[in-house]
Amino acid sequence: MEWLLEEILAKYNYWISITIMLIGFYAMIAKDNLIKKLVGLSIFQTAIFLFFISLADIGPIPRGTAPIVSEAMMHKGYVYVNPLPHVLILTAIVVSVATLAVALALVIRMYEEYGTIEETEIIEEERELGV
Amino acid sequence: MLSVEHLPVLIVVISLLSAFTIFIAGWLNKRFCWFISFATILVQLVMAVFILHHVLTVGTIHYWLGGWSPPWGIEYVVDALNAYVLVILLFLALICVTYSKRSIAHELPYKIVPFYTVYQLLVTGLCGVTVTGDIFNMYVFIEIFSLSAYALIASRGKIALKASFTYLVLGSIGACFFLLGIGFLYSVTGTLNMHDLSLLLPPLYGNKIVLTAFGFFTVGLSIKMALFPLHTWLPDAHSFAPSEISAMLSGIIIEVSTYAFIRVCFSVYTLNFIKLLPIFDILCWIAALGIIIGSVLAIAQYNLKRMLAYSSVSQMGYIMLAVGLSTSTHHALWGGLNPALMHILNHALMKGCLFLVAGAFIYKADLWNITDFTGLGRKMPYTCAAFVLAAISMIGVPPTVGFVSKLYIILASLEAGKFIFVAVMLLSSLLNLVYFWRVIEMLYMRREEGEEHSSSSKNEIPLSMLIPVLTLASLCIIVGVLWLTEIPIPILDQVNALFGLGRYATP
Repeated sequence: MEWLLEEILAKYNYWISITIMLIGFYAMIAKDNLIKKLVGLSIFQTAIFLFFISLADIGPIPRGTAPIVSEAMMHKGYVYVNPLPHVLILTAIVVSVATLAVALALVIRMYEEYGTIEETEIIEEERELGV
Repeated sequence: MLSVEHLPVLIVVISLLSAFTIFIAGWLNKRFCWFISFATILVQLVMAVFILHHVLTVGTIHYWLGGWSPPWGIEYVVDALNAYVLVILLFLALICVTYSKRSIAHELPYKIVPFYTVYQLLVTGLCGVTVTGDIFNMYVFIEIFSLSAYALIASRGKIALKASFTYLVLGSIGACFFLLGIGFLYSVTGTLNMHDLSLLLPPLYGNKIVLTAFGFFTVGLSIKMALFPLHTWLPDAHSFAPSEISAMLSGIIIEVSTYAFIRVCFSVYTLNFIKLLPIFDILCWIAALGIIIGSVLAIAQYNLKRMLAYSSVSQMGYIMLAVGLSTSTHHALWGGLNPALMHILNHALMKGCLFLVAGAFIYKADLWNITDFTGLGRKMPYTCAAFVLAAISMIGVPPTVGFVSKLYIILASLEAGKFIFVAVMLLSSLLNLVYFWRVIEMLYMRREEGEEHSSSSKNEIPLSMLIPVLTLASLCIIVGVLWLTEIPIPILDQVNALFGLGRYATP
C-alpha cells in the first residue's frame, strides 16, 4: 500500500490531471444534455492544459519562478520554469475557445430547430423526419 | 525573383489573407467571393506544382519561420511526400471551388460570403498540416481545418447540425489525444521539431511514455481519418454536408489526416520503432475489418451520399492496409508506401467525382435516394457517364485508377505473404460491384412509367458544374493509365527513399 501512496504523491500533478480528464470524458459519453457534453469537453481540454503547465515546473524543491531574466537574478542560484509549455497552452486555449464557440453556436441553432437540447429527443425527432 | 524556398509559407499565408479579403469583399459585392477564392486556390496550385518540381529535382525545402533556426523556431519542411499531397489537395480544392459557384448559389444563397471565407480557411488548415515540420504547429493546423469543416458541414442547417455536433465532439477528442501525445513526447525530449524528435527518440524507444504517446497519436488521428471502429461521425457528416464539402471531406480531409499519421509514424518515430512492435500488423487487421464492414454497410444504404460515405470508410481501410503492409514489402513498384500514396490520389479522384455527381442530382432534381434515380441516365447523360466511369473505377475495372490501387495492394499482400488480405480485397471488389451496380441499373436500365416518349428531354447541369465532374471522371482513366506506364513512380520512390522503405529498406 505504501509504495502506491508514494507513487501517487511523487507524481500527484499527473494523477490529478488524468483524473480530471476522465471526469470530462465521462461527462461527454454519459450526459444526454448537449451543453453538459460541452462542459465535459471543456473539462477534458483543461485537464490537458494542466498536464502541460505542470510539465513546465521541473525544477528542484524550491520551485522555479517566472522566466524573466534580470541583472539581479543572474548571479544567484536562480531557477525558472520552462516558458515553452505555457506558450503552447496559450495557443491551445485559443483553439479550445474557438471549438467551444462553434459548438455553442451549433447548440443554439439546434435548439431553434428542434426546441430541445437533449440528445435522445433530437435523435427521436430525426427518426420521425425519416432520416 | 521569388525563390522556391519561400513558397511553402506563402501557400499558407496567401490562403489565410484571402479568407479575410473574401469576408471584406463580400460586403461590397457577393460576386467577388467566388473569384477571389478561385484565383487564390489557382495560384496556390501553381505554387504547389513548382514546389513539387523543385523537391524532385533539387531536394527537400526547409523554411525557417522568422529566421529562427530549428529546433527553437518553427520550421516548414517540404519533401516528396508533402509536395505530392499538397498538389492533390489543392487540385481537388480547385475542382470543388469551380463546382461550388452555381451549386452554392442554389443551395445556400444567403451564406455565400461566410461559405467562401470558411472554405478558404479550410484550405489554409489543410495546406498548413501538409507543409509544417513542427508537431505542435501541425496540431494547430489540424484544429483550423477541423473547425472550418464543422462549420461547413453545419451550413445546411437542420439535420446537418446534429451531424456537425457529433463530428465536433469526436474530432475534438481526437485532436486532444494528439495534443496529449505531443505533451508526452515533449516531456521526455524537450523538443517539438519533427526532425529533432526523430533524432532524440531512438534511445528512448523502450520508454513507456514514448509508447503511450504513439498510442495517443494513433487513436487521435484514427478518429480524424475515420478508421473503422472510430468512423461513426463520418456517415452523417458526409451525407448532410453541401456536396462540394462532402467531396472535400471524403477526398481530402480524411486523407490529410492519413498523411499526418504517415508523417508521425515515419518522420517523428522511425522505421526502427515500427519494427519493435506489431503495430502495423494490428493496423492491417483493423483495416481489413473496416474494408469489409464499410462495404457491407454501404450495401444497406438507400441514400446515395450515405452509401458513398460508408464506401469511404472501406476506402480508408485500403489506404491503411497499404500503410500497414509498407514495412514488409521491398519491390520497386508496389513496395513500401507506393500503394498507399497511390490510393490517396486515386481515392481523391474517384470519391470527389462521385460526390460531385451526387450533388448534381440534388441540384437538378433534389433526388437523394437511389430508388428515385430511374431514367436519370437519359436525362443527364454526361453527368451519369461521369458517375459510371468513377463507379467502375471504384469496382476496379482496368485500366482505371481503382484497378491500379487494388492490383498493387494485392501484389503487396502477396509479397508480404498475407494471403488473407488478397481474399479481403477480392471480396471487397465484389461488394463494391453490388452497391455500385444497383445505382447504375437505376440510372440506365429502368424506365419510369410513361417515360417512353419523353425520353428526349435532356436536363443537364450547368457547364461550370459539368466541367469539374467530367475532369475528375476522365482523370480516373488517364491517371490509371499513367500509373500503369510507371511514369509517376519516381515521386513515390523518393518518399520510400526518405523513410528507408520499399527497395531502400535495409535487410
